[in-house]
Parts: sequence; C-alpha cells; structure tokens
Amino acid sequence: MSENISGAEAMIRGLVAEGVERVFGYPGGAIIPVYDKLYDHTDELIHVLTRHEQGAIHAAQGYARVSGKTGVVIVTSGPAATNVITGLSDALMDSTPLVVITGQVSSSLLGSDAFQETDVVGITQPITKWAYQIRNAEEIEEALGRAFYIANSGRPGPVVLDFAKNAQNQLIEWHGYRKCDYIRSYNPSPGIPEGDLRRVADLINAAKKPLIIAGHGVMISGAEDALRALAEKADIPVGSTLLGLSSMNSDHPLFKGMVGMHGNVGQNFNTNRADELVCIGMRFDDRVTGEPDKYAPQAKVVHIDIDASEFDKNIKTSAKIHGDAREALEGLLPMVRENRHTDWVRSFDEANAVEREKVIKNAVSGTDPTAPPHMGEVALKVSLAAGADPVLVTDVGQNQMLSARYFRYSAPRSIITSGGLGTMGFGLPAAIGAKMGAPGRTVCYFGGDGGFQMTMQELGTIMQYGTAVKIIVLNNDFLGNVRQWQAMFFNNRFSQTPMVNPDFNKIADAYGIANERVMTRAELDGAIRRMMDCPGAFLLNVRIDERDMIFPMTPNGFAVDHIILNENEDIFTMNDDGQQ
Amino acid sequence: MDNNNTLFTITVFSENHVGLLNQLSIIFTRRCLNIESVSASRCSIPGVHKTTMTCYSDRVTMEKVISQIEKRIDVLKAFLYTDDEIVYQEVALYKVPTCKLLDEEHLEEIIRRHNARILEISRDNTIIEKTGHNDETEALFEELKRYDIRQFVRSGRVAITKSPHELVDRFLAEQEERKMRIGK
Repeated sequence: MSENISGAEAMIRGLVAEGVERVFGYPGGAIIPVYDKLYDHTDELIHVLTRHEQGAIHAAQGYARVSGKTGVVIVTSGPAATNVITGLSDALMDSTPLVVITGQVSSSLLGSDAFQETDVVGITQPITKWAYQIRNAEEIEEALGRAFYIANSGRPGPVVLDFAKNAQNQLIEWHGYRKCDYIRSYNPSPGIPEGDLRRVADLINAAKKPLIIAGHGVMISGAEDALRALAEKADIPVGSTLLGLSSMNSDHPLFKGMVGMHGNVGQNFNTNRADELVCIGMRFDDRVTGEPDKYAPQAKVVHIDIDASEFDKNIKTSAKIHGDAREALEGLLPMVRENRHTDWVRSFDEANAVEREKVIKNAVSGTDPTAPPHMGEVALKVSLAAGADPVLVTDVGQNQMLSARYFRYSAPRSIITSGGLGTMGFGLPAAIGAKMGAPGRTVCYFGGDGGFQMTMQELGTIMQYGTAVKIIVLNNDFLGNVRQWQAMFFNNRFSQTPMVNPDFNKIADAYGIANERVMTRAELDGAIRRMMDCPGAFLLNVRIDERDMIFPMTPNGFAVDHIILNENEDIFTMNDDGQQ
Repeated sequence: MDNNNTLFTITVFSENHVGLLNQLSIIFTRRCLNIESVSASRCSIPGVHKTTMTCYSDRVTMEKVISQIEKRIDVLKAFLYTDDEIVYQEVALYKVPTCKLLDEEHLEEIIRRHNARILEISRDNTIIEKTGHNDETEALFEELKRYDIRQFVRSGRVAITKSPHELVDRFLAEQEERKMRIGK
C-alpha cells in the first residue's frame, strides 16, 4: 500500500529500515524538516545532540568503530557541513563506515550563494567514498540505499548525502524501502582466485623467518579467529599496526606488539630481518614503514587487502591477495603447513626483553611517590582496573602512543584512535559514541590537555545523556608530542608548546561530572579505583611531568630498525645470537 | 625508472553522473599532476561514459593514479596507454581573416598539404578545420601564423584501443554475473 509522505519523512523511514538505532547530529535551518519528522520517531530512532558538528561526526566514528555498524550523522548546511569535514577525512583514512546527511538550500537557490549554502559535494568528494546531492525526493530510496551499501561494504568509508530543502518538503508516494545490494560500477567483494591463495601459501610454507602484520582490516572483516588459527598453525609471530591493535589478545604468546614509529623493539627490529611479511588489511603508512626504501629489505612482502589501490602504493609486494581478509585467511588456513619457527619467535622475546628492561620498566613505574606518575603508568593501571574487555579511546599525541602501548587488549575493537589523520580533539566525542555503541564495556578516554580542549565542549553531551565515559586527561600544560620533537630535534626550542590551562576539575564540576585530581604517584591507585567504582562519567585530571617522553622511537626518515631507546639516544642493537 | 615526461593517455569508463569530472581531476590535483587534455562522450556500450585524458608523468605514478581512479564508486574501469598502444586524434579550428587568405596564392596548397578543410567562409573570416595529432595541428598553426590567426582552439584527445572490444566488457560481464548471484 502506498501513501504520500514528505522527503524528510522518507529519509527517517529509510534510516529505520536500514536498521539505524541512533544518529548523532545538530539541527539547523536547512535540515529542520528532517528534525521535525524525527520528532515523530523518537521511539525507534535515538538522536544524540552534540555541542558541535565535529563532535557529532567523531561520536559517530566512535560508535561505528566499536560496533561495526554504520555511524549516522545529521547536520544542517553551510557551516555545519564544513564542521564535519575533519571527521569525513578522518573516517576515510581510518576506513570508518559513516552516512552523513547534510541539509542543503533549496535546489532553486543552488549556486546563488544563498544563506548557509556551501558546495558540499564539491568540498567532500576528495574526502569521502561517495558524495551525492538529493534534489528530488524521488531519489531518496536509491540514494540512501546506495549510501549504506557503499559506506559499509568493501573498504568501509564515509558517504555524504547532501539533502536539498525542497526535496525534504516534497511529497512523494511511498511504497516502502528496499535496501541496495548491487551497484554496477562497484564490486566490494571480489572473489579470490585459488591460484593467488596457493602462491601466498607456498611463500608462507617456504619462509624461515615469517612475520604477520595485522591491520585494521582484520577486525573490519572479522578475521580475528582466522588470524590466530593461521599464526598458531604455522607458528608465525604477529605484530599489529596502531589500528590493528586488539585484533589479537595482548597476552597471546605469538603476539609480539605494535609496529611503527613508537612500536615494539622486537617487531621493528625483526621487520628488517624477516624473510617474509604477511601484511593483512593495512596500508604501509609512513609511520609504519619509516624510510620505505629501507623497509623489510630481506623480505618477500605479501599484501592482503580489499582495496586494490593500496597494492604497491608505498611498498612493492611479491604477492597479493585482493579480497576480504577473513575470506583470504580462511582460504589460506588449510593450505598452510603446520610449522615451527622456535628460534625466530624467541628472537622477538629477546628483543622485547631488552625493551622491557630499558624502556617499559621506566615508562610504567617509578620510585618517587611524591612525583607525578608517568603516562604509561597511568595507562597500564587504568587498563588493569577497567574490568572485562575495556575499550581505549585516545586523542592524538603522546597520550595516544603511550596509552596504545600500555593498554591491555583482551577483545577485538578495543582501541579507537585517529590513526591516519591524527585528529587532535577526536578522542572525547569518539569516546561518547563508543560508550553508546558498547554500553556494556568500560570506555576509557586518554587525552592530553591540548587535544582535550579542542572538543571539551562535548562534556555537555556527556552531561545531557549521562554517558559513563572515564575521562583521563594527561595534563602536562604542554603540547607534549611537539615538545618531544622540539627537545629531540629542535634544540629544546619550545616554540608555542607551553599552555596555560584552566582548572579541568572545575570545568567537570560545572558539567556535574565526578572528578579527581592526581598530582603524585601515591594518589594514582586510589583515584583510579574510585573512578572505576563511580557508575557514571568521571574525569581524572592527572599531573604529568612535561619531560616525560615516548620511547622507543624510530625518527622520521630512518629505517624501522633504527630505534632510539631513551633520552640519551641509545640505539638498540642485537646480533643474530640474540646478544646485545 | 621512467623519466617524468612520457605522455600517457588515460581512458575512464564510468557512469555519467554530476561531479564525475571533479572526482577524476582531484586525483591528479593531489599529486600536482597537470591534465593536458580531456574529452568525454558516450562509448559503444549504452549508458557507459568514456573520458579520455592525457597527462605527462612516469609510469609508476600513473599506475597509482589509475588504481585511485578505479576506486571511485562511479568509475567502472580505467586504463593507461602510451601512444603506441592506441589510435588517437585531435581536432583544431583556426580562424583567419579572409582578406589575407585571398591575398595569398598558397592557401589552397596549404589546405591540401595539411589535409585540412574549410568549414566556413564569410567576408571577414575563414574557419579552417584540421584533424590529426598534436604535432600536425601545431604545424598548420605555424604555417597559418603569417595570415594572422584570430582564434584557435584544439580539442582534447580522443583515443581508441587496438583491441577488438571496449576493454570494460569483461568488468561488466563479471558484474552481471554478480548481479545474478545476488538474485536481482
């Protein structure tokens, strides 16, 4: 049976039909008809009103990444649309499924510089997977269907639907909603030829020193079990990218840590000693490879990815599998021989033992109870106190690297961080979305005083919805990561990195959010315990010594196995017998 | 490593959607590559649009550009060619003052020699059309210079491959198969 409804109503019904339960947004002039219809559907579609459109899109990203569902954002035209730009770019880099609906002036006004008009499709095409303008309500079903199909298939990404106001008000005949599952110009699930699997399996079987590097794609495709099974069967050590963290349990004996600029010593050192790299759902970011010409010189590189444009983009590969990571790993599993690489696996542990002694011990503990705790110390303690399968959401900078390094991961989708774009201000709103997407898990936000203040207004969202996020501000009154580079590479010239900050505890008080201040190591344990015992949101304002730095570090432009261990710039070395 | 000045021809098969050209051009822009020429039309397959572009670059870069073009949702398939792999043409139009042409005795000879033709003659101006490769239309330009060229324009390159079919056929056939599998 058909009925006549407005385009705005059709859009809301389409969202419900797509299984959307929650949208993040902010109303405004060119989207009022949609918000008016939303008012009739509050029983089936929850709307989260953030304090800034950037907050809405980052919250949707947090929601999408923790749950695997498509995050939905509704904002108005003009400045609201431009306020979601950072989130779109971030979501494209980090393969996050989003459908972002922006209001637009009426079709008749397009191109006239009307009030709050901006060229949304033109601006967003470079930073979205797809962007489309709906000028006629008859297009809604097809456009929305395509948007959801595109956003959350293949390599996920953000989609923009620019919804002209006349189409929102236009009456159309509604016959119900049909999802899209086919687009002629788009193939999100290319079948994997058996020959490709065979070639890779042969390489794995022949390798003496194989190493798996697991990226975000492992979790996007749900390949965690297949990854573990493959690694165990062939006895291959596993490392992960920043976004690939939690694709394997931190405590698994074959999991050897994170790769990249601030990754684990064993991983980075052995990347350049491996004879075979199996890289799954990752894209060889320069923060992962260091100097690309010096990356894995002894290894045949196998690349498994759903995005064909990633092949040979940064690193030349010996073999590739174009397709879904889970399908690929499950296909490889019976072809890969049971194997043992005992000495090779042990060499990671030997290198990591050096790291534990020379880096980690100092980063996660200290002797002076009256001194501020280290960042790594806070991360590890929070992680251990956060109950079953906690989720880490980070901002960007030292807080990100140290919390990522020292948080313990026991379940997939346990880290949400802005990896590709490195968006300061991402963390707090993303944590709100993550908590809403995984209400049963403890969500711990780590941010610095810089990034926290970029989107601090979202404390209002936390207040309004009672979102039980644990907010840990690592506060050193400095832009710490830039300070670290200035200390290491710019002769201690701290140009524009010291910050005069407000009292974050008073700010939390103003929002009615429970909070504590930690000035010394002695106060840390009790404060963390009280934070975790508190049923609602909690802000922990932790004093950090600004001289605290992240190590190990592979500086820009160096090979990944050129690893600085500490402030004295001691370089890690180890010979083939595992001797220092 | 290729040097940086090979002229490549890029053929893109796509849907004919608003903003398609922008989607293509931004991929060149972010790598600071200049598109030398562009032309777009339908192709032999109903509903499929074909855009032909040329660009000076090296093969490694252009192969990355091609795969990033193919990543765009509205693009069916993109191909990269060097001149020896295709048959290609451009068309150029020249407007010269009629009086000057009539004063000269060589006009007919020039038109014949360059295989050009006259599209229109008025009392004031004559419009000459020349189809050919860039160096050919350029050669005629040089020759007509002394007649005072008042206007000149050259189209983007159009190109056809030496293969028997449109190379997008296979992709479309695979997609048709997918569609059947999905059960539409």
